[in-house]
Amino acid sequence: MQIQYTYLGFAEIEIGDALSSEGMNELNTNLNSYGIEIVETQKSILVQKIKDTIIEMVNMEERLTTSNSAYLSEKLKQRYGYLSLVFTEVTYTSIENFILLQKTERAKQLISTNELTFTEIAYMLNYSSVAYFSNQFKSITGITPSAFQRIINKRREMSKTNE
Amino acid sequence: MPTEPIRILLADDDEDDRLFFKEAFDEIKINTKVSLVNDGVELMNYLLDKGNQLPHILFLDLNMPRKTGIDCLLEIKQLAFLKDIAIAIYSTSASDMDIEETFVQGANVYIKKPSDFNTLKKILEQVITINWQYQTSGLNRDNYLLSL
Repeated sequence: MQIQYTYLGFAEIEIGDALSSEGMNELNTNLNSYGIEIVETQKSILVQKIKDTIIEMVNMEERLTTSNSAYLSEKLKQRYGYLSLVFTEVTYTSIENFILLQKTERAKQLISTNELTFTEIAYMLNYSSVAYFSNQFKSITGITPSAFQRIINKRREMSKTNE
Repeated sequence: MPTEPIRILLADDDEDDRLFFKEAFDEIKINTKVSLVNDGVELMNYLLDKGNQLPHILFLDLNMPRKTGIDCLLEIKQLAFLKDIAIAIYSTSASDMDIEETFVQGANVYIKKPSDFNTLKKILEQVITINWQYQTSGLNRDNYLLSL
């Protein structure tokens, strides 16, 4: 078979042109005779890309002007419905949940620096108000942003005195 | 979810609570392996025994004879090779101040034991799912605090 490919390092190649399913089958059969198996990881690769894009999106300095779904769809050049389906199939959780989790993580990180007020953090993370931010933080972590900040600061003091 | 089971360890002196806990995991559709110990002394022996694989997450009852959950928590936090185990306090309801104190001492999760089985199942499933994210999605474990 004439296939253009790039060697990507350990057990991984990138194929230059998209293969038809017949082409894929033929390649698979040919490789099998050498005892090589193609691992179909397209879905898990897409999920990784979705995760990376979400993390990038949540960590952006500026506020998002479009909706989350429109942003992901545009960045990954796929319909949101498809992205959402694959994501749930592979991770057992929804894109919405993952975004919420990442946003909360970002909030925790910002709170723990002690440099921004909760109002500033709420604004950075696209929340309409600080009350809404605090409520969502509480509903996900079970603790309020202020309690979270107290705990992290007390832990730091403790580890300082232990040193 | 992983193909390798998530290893779960519960330390609780109450036999009924241990039974409910095990049953809940039998019904949850996540690949888990649940081990049980009866009190704090047994727990520390289990963790220090090199023959045992360390759990991914430890559920710790606070009121146990011989050695309390808090004593275990403090000991575990002093031992470097146990630092990656997520610790979920699994106890009867406490004040917000008490809960905060266990977090300060290094707990990651605080679960108030629910009275009905279905709520227990839901809570445990939620904890394992979030814990899995902390194991795999590169989240900062220092910020892993969850109260249910």
